Amino acid sequence: MSVAERPAPPTDASGRGAAFASPEGGEELGVVEPLIFEASRAGRRAVRFPDASQRARDAADGQPPLPAWAQRGRPARLPEVSELDLLRHFNRLAHLNYAIDLNFYPLGSCTMKYNPKVNEWAARLPGFAESHPLDPDAIAQGSLALEWLLAELLKEISGFEAVSLQPAAGAQGELTGLLMTRAYHRSRGEGETRTKVLVPDSAHGTNPATASMVGYQAVTIRSNDHGGIDLEALRAALGADVAALMITNPSTLGIFEDQIDQVLEAVHDAGAIAYMDGANLNAILGRFRPGEAGFDVMHFNLHKTFSTPHGGGGPGAGPVGVSSRLEPFLPVPLPVLVNGDPDEVRRNAWAGRSTASARFALDHDRPQSIGKVRMHTGNFGMFVRAYTYIRSNGGAGLRTVSDDAVLAANYLRIGLADAYELPYDRICKHEVVFSGRRQKRQHGVTTLDIAKAILDAGVHPPTVYFPLIVEEALMIEPTETESVETLDAFIAIMRDIAHRAEHDPESVRRSPVSTPVGRLDEASAARRPDLRHAFEAGDV
Amino acid sequence: MSTYPDDLRYSKEHEWVRVDGETATIGITKYAADELGDIVFVDLPQVGASLEQFGSFGVVESVKAVSDLYAPVSGEVTEVNPALSGQPELLNSDPFGEGWIARLTLADPAQLDELLDADGYAQLTA
Amino acid sequence: MTYSPHTDADRERMLAAIGVRSVDDLFADIPAAVRAQRFDLPTPLVEQQVRAELGRLASLNRIPEVSFLGAGAYRHLIPAVVWEVIGRSEFATSYTPYQPEVSQGTLQSIYEFQTLICELTGMEVATASHYDGATATAEAALMACRLTRRNRIAISSAVHPQIRRVLSTYCSGPGIEVVEVPADLAEGGSGLTSVAAVESVLDDSFACLVAQQPNFFGGVEPMGDLADAAHAAGAQLVAVVEPTSLSLLEAPGAYGADLVAAEGQPLGIPLSYGGPYVGLMAAPMSAVRQMPGRLVGGTHDAEGRRGYVLTLQAREQHIRREKAASNICTNQALCALAATAYLSAVGPQGLREVAELSTIQARHLAAELERAGLAERRFTAPYFAEVAMRLPDAERRHATLLEQGILAGHPLWRDYPELDGTLLLAATELTTDDDIDRLVTALAASR
Repeated sequence: MSVAERPAPPTDASGRGAAFASPEGGEELGVVEPLIFEASRAGRRAVRFPDASQRARDAADGQPPLPAWAQRGRPARLPEVSELDLLRHFNRLAHLNYAIDLNFYPLGSCTMKYNPKVNEWAARLPGFAESHPLDPDAIAQGSLALEWLLAELLKEISGFEAVSLQPAAGAQGELTGLLMTRAYHRSRGEGETRTKVLVPDSAHGTNPATASMVGYQAVTIRSNDHGGIDLEALRAALGADVAALMITNPSTLGIFEDQIDQVLEAVHDAGAIAYMDGANLNAILGRFRPGEAGFDVMHFNLHKTFSTPHGGGGPGAGPVGVSSRLEPFLPVPLPVLVNGDPDEVRRNAWAGRSTASARFALDHDRPQSIGKVRMHTGNFGMFVRAYTYIRSNGGAGLRTVSDDAVLAANYLRIGLADAYELPYDRICKHEVVFSGRRQKRQHGVTTLDIAKAILDAGVHPPTVYFPLIVEEALMIEPTETESVETLDAFIAIMRDIAHRAEHDPESVRRSPVSTPVGRLDEASAARRPDLRHAFEAGDV
Repeated sequence: MSTYPDDLRYSKEHEWVRVDGETATIGITKYAADELGDIVFVDLPQVGASLEQFGSFGVVESVKAVSDLYAPVSGEVTEVNPALSGQPELLNSDPFGEGWIARLTLADPAQLDELLDADGYAQLTA
Repeated sequence: MTYSPHTDADRERMLAAIGVRSVDDLFADIPAAVRAQRFDLPTPLVEQQVRAELGRLASLNRIPEVSFLGAGAYRHLIPAVVWEVIGRSEFATSYTPYQPEVSQGTLQSIYEFQTLICELTGMEVATASHYDGATATAEAALMACRLTRRNRIAISSAVHPQIRRVLSTYCSGPGIEVVEVPADLAEGGSGLTSVAAVESVLDDSFACLVAQQPNFFGGVEPMGDLADAAHAAGAQLVAVVEPTSLSLLEAPGAYGADLVAAEGQPLGIPLSYGGPYVGLMAAPMSAVRQMPGRLVGGTHDAEGRRGYVLTLQAREQHIRREKAASNICTNQALCALAATAYLSAVGPQGLREVAELSTIQARHLAAELERAGLAERRFTAPYFAEVAMRLPDAERRHATLLEQGILAGHPLWRDYPELDGTLLLAATELTTDDDIDRLVTALAASR
C-alpha cells in the first residue's frame, strides 16, 4: 500500500486552523481552545431549576436553620455560560482528541478494541441507570441478576471457582488479590513469615506498587533469553518467605509463558499463591483458563477484554476470580442466588428467559472477608456493558476474538520484522514488541521521535518505552477489530518512517507537525506545576 | 571519553564530593544528570540530618524517571542548596557548580579513599 | 455476533503471510497439560436478541415512583447537555492521555475539572479523580500518614459506614490502626461528632481525623472546631464533603481542612446501582508530591501554544513501581468530564439553587412528618438535605411503602443498632411537594 492510502488524520478542520497555525507573538501563549472559565460572563445561565413553593418555604422555616458559621463565605468561581457555548466548548475539545471511533489505536497493553454501541444503549436503560445502590434487594433483582450472571460467565471464561466484581480497576483488583493472599496465609499461621511477592522484570508497574501497598516486599525475577520467566531464578527465589508470584501471562512482551505448568508447580510446592495479572486475557479466550490451569487469583480488565470504553482514562472495572482456597476472603457484599436452582437459572438466562423462582440478594455475612475495597458492588455500568458484549459474542465469538487478535499481531510482526529490531523473534500472542534501537544508534532517531511521526501519519502511536527490559521499546497491540486494510496501512506507515529515519532522519525528529499542538514542554510543566486556572483579581 | 573535574571525588552511584577543610559539598555528576534527562525535582535532605556513606538521602526526579540519591561520605547536613527548589534544572545545566545539593561536616576523611578520582570515574562511565 | 471484520479470505491471506497453516499453530506454545478443557458459554446473540435480553434484566428492577433514598448517592437532574458531552465518542473511546498532542480534549477538560474542584473546596490543588468517594478518603488518610509520618487514623462514627469500611481495608495493607471516635447518638443527642471525644482520643501518634460534612445523618458538623482539635494534636483534618452542599456550606479550605475527599456522583453522574462514580481529592500545594493519582498541568509547545500534559508523573506507579504513593493508574476521566460539564451547565447560581431546593425540601419533609405526628427527628443538630427520623414499627412500614412504589429512605439500624426505628430520608431538587404528600399519606395509612 502506498503512503497516500494512509487512513485520514482524525482531527478535522473545524475553524481551529488559524488559532493554532499562527500563535500570537510576545509573552502571550497561543490558545487552541480557551478554558471554560475564560468564556464566563457574569449572569449568563444554562440550566435553571424551579422555585420552591411557598408552602415548602413556610414549612422549612420551622426547622433548625443552617448556622451562620457553617455558611459559605466567598463563592466558588464556577463558569457562567450559555448552553450553546458550553456545548461548543466541549465539542471543540472533543475534536482535539484521538479515539478508537476515529482511527486505529495500536496501543500495546491497552487492548483498544472497538466498543460496541449496543453496550452503551444497554447501560443507559432507565431500569439500570436509575437503580440506586442501596435499593432493597427486592426492587434490585435486575441489577443483582446481571451481576450474578456476569460473575457466572467470568467464572466459565477463566476457570475460577468464584468471582467478585467489586474492584474498580485492574490495579484495585491486584490490591484485592494480594489482600486475600495475605488473609489466606494468616489463616494458616503464615502471615508473619511470608513477606515477599515475586514479580518478573517485564511486569506492569502496578504489580510492585500493589505489593508495597499491602506491606509486601517486591522481589524482581529476571526474564530468560526467550522472554519468559527464568525458571531457575524463580526456583531459587521461592521459599517459606514468599507469599505470592504475580505474573502477567501472556507477558508484556506478548509472549505466552510456555513453561507455565512448571512455574505453577514450583509456586505451589513452595506454598505460595499464584497470581495472574489478567491484563492480556484478550489473547487466550477459549485457549487457556487460568483457574483451571492452577492459578489462585486473577483480575480481569473489563475495559480491555470485554470492550467497555476507556473514557480517556477510566472508569474501568477489575473483577477478580479466585480458586476455592481464596474464596472465603472475597470482598463483601457478594451477589448470590438465594432461591432457585443455579443450573436452571443459567439455562433460562442463556435462552433469554427469567426464572420465576429465582431470588438474588447481596450476601454481607462473610466473616473471613477482607472487607470492602470500594463502595457498593462495583462499577455496575461497566458490568452492563461487559455482559452485553459477552452475550453478543457468545462462546464462539469470544474464541474468535482471541484468534483474530493473535492473528493480527503476528501479521504485524511479520510485516515489520525487517524494518525494526525484534528482540524476541517468535510467535507472539495479542501484541508484539519491537525495538527502535537500530534507528537510535545508527540514525539518531529515538522511539519517541518515531511515535510522534506516527501521529503525523494520522495514527495513534504504540506504547513506547515499555516493557522496561526492551531498549527503545515499541509495543504494538492491533486487537481483533481492525481490518486487514487498516493493518496494511499501518505497516506502510511504519515502514515509511523506518525508511525516512535512515535517509531523512530530521523529517522524523521534527514530528509532530500536524497535531493541534506540537511537542509540549513536560519539563517546565513538572518544574513549576500549573495545576489549575489562575483567576484574575477581579473574577468572582 | 568525558573528563571530570580533578578536584572532586566520585562514587559509583554517580555522586561527587568536594572537600574544603571540614566541609564536604555533594552533588550528582554530569553523567547522572544526562542519563536522567530533564530534572524536575530534587527531594533535599533536612539541615541537621545525619547521612551515612552510601546511604540513601533523597530522590531526584526527571520527567519520566526517579532515582535515589546516595551520600558519597558520612556527615551532618549544614546547608542545602536553596536554588534547587525553584530551579531544579541547575542539576542539568551546572551539576558540578550551581547545581550542588548539600554541604556536610565531613565525619571521616578516610572515607574519601573509598571513592574514585576523576580518571577512575571517567573509566567507570566510558 | 462478533465485531471481527475479517472474511475467510482475509484470514487465509494473513495466515499465509505469517507462514502457518492454521490459527491453532499460533497457540502451539501453550503447554498441552494446561490447555482449556472447556469453554461452555452461551450461543452468540445478534443485536435484536441481545437488546431483548438486556431489556429483560433491566425490567426486573423496580424503580420507585417516589424515593427519599440518598445515604451517599443522590438522584439529581442530569441536564441533557451533560449526557450529550459525555456521549461524544472522542471522549468515551480515547485512552489515557499519554500522547498529549492528540489528547488535548481530555487533558484540558481534566485541567478544568481540577480548577473546579479547587474552587468548590477552597483548596490549592485537586487530582484528576479517584475511583469513588470512599477510596479517595482512604487515599487521603494514607497521604496524611505520609505527610505527618504517623501511623494512626481517627475517624468519626458519623462518617458513611461504607467509607469507614473501605478505609479499614486500605489501612490493613500497611498495618495502620484506625480508631473510631463515637458521635453523639444518644437519646436527645446532636448526631454530631463530639469535639470533646476527639480531644480525648487524639494524641501525637495520630496522623489525622476524618470527619464528614454534612455527616452521614445529614447533620452539619462543627468542622472548624474539629480542625482545631486535630491541629492541637499535630494531626490533620481530612474533610469528606458533598459537592453540591459547597454552594451553601463553607469551603473546607476556609475552616482549616488539610485534605479534602468527596464522592462526586451528585455532579451529573447517574446512580447506576453504585458506579461508576468519581472520587474527588484536594490538598494544599505543599503536599502535592505526596498526592496519589494523576495530575494534569499547563505548559506550552515550541511554537508558544498553550497545552496540557500529565505531570509530576514520577510520583506514579509506572515510574516509581514499589516506591509509588499508590498503585492507582486510572482516574475516572469520563465521570470527571461529566462533573465538569455539570458544574459548567448549572454554574454558581444553579448549584446554589440545587442546594437550596434540596435543603428546603428536606426541612419541608421533616416538618410535615412531625406535624402529622408520624415521626420525630432523631437528632437535634441542624441538617443539610438529609434527616434521620424515628417512627414506630419502621421496618414493616418501610416494606409496606415499598410495595406502593415509595422508598422511605435508608434504614439506619443495620449499621447503627442504637438507631432502632430510624430512617434516613433525603431530598434533592427533584423532590416535589407531591412526593412529600404521598409519603405522609402512605405512612399515615400504614399505622
